[in-house]
Amino acid sequence: MHPIFEKGGKLGWLHSTADAFDTFLAVPGNVTRKGAHVRDAVDLKRIIILALIAVIPAALFGMWNVGYQHGLAVGDPRINLLGNWWFGFLHVLPIYVVAYAVGLLIEFGTAQIRNEEVNEGFLMTGFLIPLILPVTTPLWMVGLATAFSVIFCKEIFGGTGMNIWNPALVARAFLFFSYPNQMSGSQCWIALRKGETMLDASTGATPLALDGAAQYGTSWWDLFLGTVPGSVGETSVLCILLGAFLLVWTGVGSWKIMAGSVAGALLVGWLGHIGGVTDIPAWMQLLYGGFAFGTVFMATDPVTSCQTECGKWLYGLLIGMLCITVRLFNPGYAEGMMLAILFANTMAPLMDHCVVSVHLSRKNKKLKTA
Amino acid sequence: MSGTIVLKKGLDLPVTGTAERVVCKSIVPRTVAIEPSVFKGLSPRLLVKEGDAVLCGSPVLADKTHPEILVTSPVSGTVKAVVRGEKRKLLAVVVETALRQEAAAFSPDAADAASVRKSLLESGLWLQFVQRPYGVVADPDATPKCIYISTFGTGPLAADSVFCLGNELGAMQAGIDALSKIAPVHIGVQEGAVFAGLAAAGVHCFKGPHPAGNAGVQISHVCPIAKGETVWTLSPEGLAAIGKFFQKGKLDLRRRIAVTGPAAIEPAYVEALPGTPMTELQGFWGASAEGVRIISGDLLSGQTVGAEGYIGFRDNQVTLVREGTEKEYFGWIRPIRWKQFSTDRSYFSWLMPWRRYEMDTNLHGGKRAFLMNDAYYAKFLPMDIYPIFLVKACLAGDIEKMEKFGIYEVLPEDLALCEFADPSKNDLQEIIAGGIDLMRKEMA
Repeated sequence: MHPIFEKGGKLGWLHSTADAFDTFLAVPGNVTRKGAHVRDAVDLKRIIILALIAVIPAALFGMWNVGYQHGLAVGDPRINLLGNWWFGFLHVLPIYVVAYAVGLLIEFGTAQIRNEEVNEGFLMTGFLIPLILPVTTPLWMVGLATAFSVIFCKEIFGGTGMNIWNPALVARAFLFFSYPNQMSGSQCWIALRKGETMLDASTGATPLALDGAAQYGTSWWDLFLGTVPGSVGETSVLCILLGAFLLVWTGVGSWKIMAGSVAGALLVGWLGHIGGVTDIPAWMQLLYGGFAFGTVFMATDPVTSCQTECGKWLYGLLIGMLCITVRLFNPGYAEGMMLAILFANTMAPLMDHCVVSVHLSRKNKKLKTA
Repeated sequence: MSGTIVLKKGLDLPVTGTAERVVCKSIVPRTVAIEPSVFKGLSPRLLVKEGDAVLCGSPVLADKTHPEILVTSPVSGTVKAVVRGEKRKLLAVVVETALRQEAAAFSPDAADAASVRKSLLESGLWLQFVQRPYGVVADPDATPKCIYISTFGTGPLAADSVFCLGNELGAMQAGIDALSKIAPVHIGVQEGAVFAGLAAAGVHCFKGPHPAGNAGVQISHVCPIAKGETVWTLSPEGLAAIGKFFQKGKLDLRRRIAVTGPAAIEPAYVEALPGTPMTELQGFWGASAEGVRIISGDLLSGQTVGAEGYIGFRDNQVTLVREGTEKEYFGWIRPIRWKQFSTDRSYFSWLMPWRRYEMDTNLHGGKRAFLMNDAYYAKFLPMDIYPIFLVKACLAGDIEKMEKFGIYEVLPEDLALCEFADPSKNDLQEIIAGGIDLMRKEMA
């Protein structure tokens, strides 16, 4: 680092910022001072960048889908790989710019105030926020939601690693409750150029909101590929599976949480199906809406999920079951994933507490008999 | 002997610099330092002054609260210096070795518990005991639940105890016999090692990666410590010294010490005394010690002592490792870092388990809050403990929670591997040590 940024230097007050750029460029030459003399080569930057790479397929596909849905809406159903992607990219890019600019500004600012190193956590949050919003979300809302979530969900708790709820989901929840008109319905999912109007025949609503997708001609294959309207990154189950594979392979995301969530969704979906609540078979529930995206990228956030192995199963199950329960019994708001995860985030410490208490009481009994 | 206890959790650190099984040097040090800071819980009172003549085995320091606990000189000679630090804190007593070694004569008596205690206290061998919980000097008035000796080390590049002590089985057996008068003696042995032939109240066979050799880990499997109980542990070297003391009536702390580490030139064993100055080992790091960290102990829990330091009282290993002060451009984002080792699957070293790495002291990242969850760390702790819950209880200073999560069962060294693997680069051992200090203060 340039000495001007060192403590006591002219720009010493920018120490955290300079350090952030410095450590971004190179692993610093810091050596261990206490404890273990050698350390593992892994750091949080590495873990977070990996999680981010896992989301990239879904993000790229989401951009393409924005263009494709636009084509469908204006009566041009051709599949133009690059053209559609470029259209989507131009519409999603501003959301990214705003989310990152606002979030990183606050992150750097708070790190500066606290005189700490800048945390990498927002790299991931900022990457997720645009992917879980409708593409037509006004930019000022994106900025407002990002600021709200970073400040009130993360920084006031002490920064990355201390938060209770997933910041990206809090941003979405903030918008959902503050500006419901822009967050649901059949208009928000399709980006249009100025002056364009949607064909009457096309419906811009997500398959989930329509319920009983078959009658609208949405096949499971379309849902799996993701060529349906929805939040930018959530539609393609295929791309999300690619990400899931990377997360599980590297161990960054817990397979137990993912499996628990899928099991919970299948269970409630099956009960609903045989109970006559819905016509949708249980396995189809896994393809709808934000379930896959939430299960793979949101529920597995290590900060806000359960700490214990047993707790992870419970946590996953709770998310899956709650999500489908909301879908089946709440016609007004069909997308249950966001609130299911936020609720499970809230309950995670309690679940951990129970798991640990049971474990410890068993251990104490063993100690007494030994 | 009960069946082998197989521990799955843990990690054998793949680092270069294992000591070859030869004794390349037998060191008769010109000076020896007695450093009281090694003995946790001891408040030292000086019994000698500069210029005093001492014999091998004569007392140099005593404890203020338990004056019967003595620290004795491992050599005969004259007290050369009394080194003090800030606030006149006693750092070391340096004894210059006499040409002719004379040992103080003892008449040790292993007839009953009281006489064993008395003999050990007189000779200074009492300080071989580490009392758990907390890892402090053993209380002479207490009777432990058991005395536990792990006869092998699994730490990085650990000295091979069979090579070091294989021909001192007689002394070790004598030690066990004497200590059995105080409390039942349990020993932990590696599968197939000669120590399995020793006769003790319990001989427990262990198999698995580090920290399987840590006494704390073994105790948690064979005689877990509940609140209010104590267990004393000691090193196999300490046991041999106690045995020799009862056999010959002389204090003999000479031991084989492994000089290891990626920065060591031709790593091998030496014969030396605890307190030997590192300068005697200069051949292992060559002309200049610059850029080399000299550690008494192992890479995970050893003390940095530097070229001017001394071999620790309880250590049987010296590790030399390069300081990793070089920057690595875009290190964290490179798909492959061939020279770096990581347990995390975001790198590929787990696919090449045969490789050994020339590790250095680079921290490999910046300090962050805990992000990964408990299970990430629990992979490295083969105990019935949630490591991060315990660490967080220590950070919060919550006595009840610390108790609940197992502060009585661990010493900082047991969590050293968790610290190694921590992507948030927190100093877990220091946190645990802080927790232990708080417990001692609150429970006293």
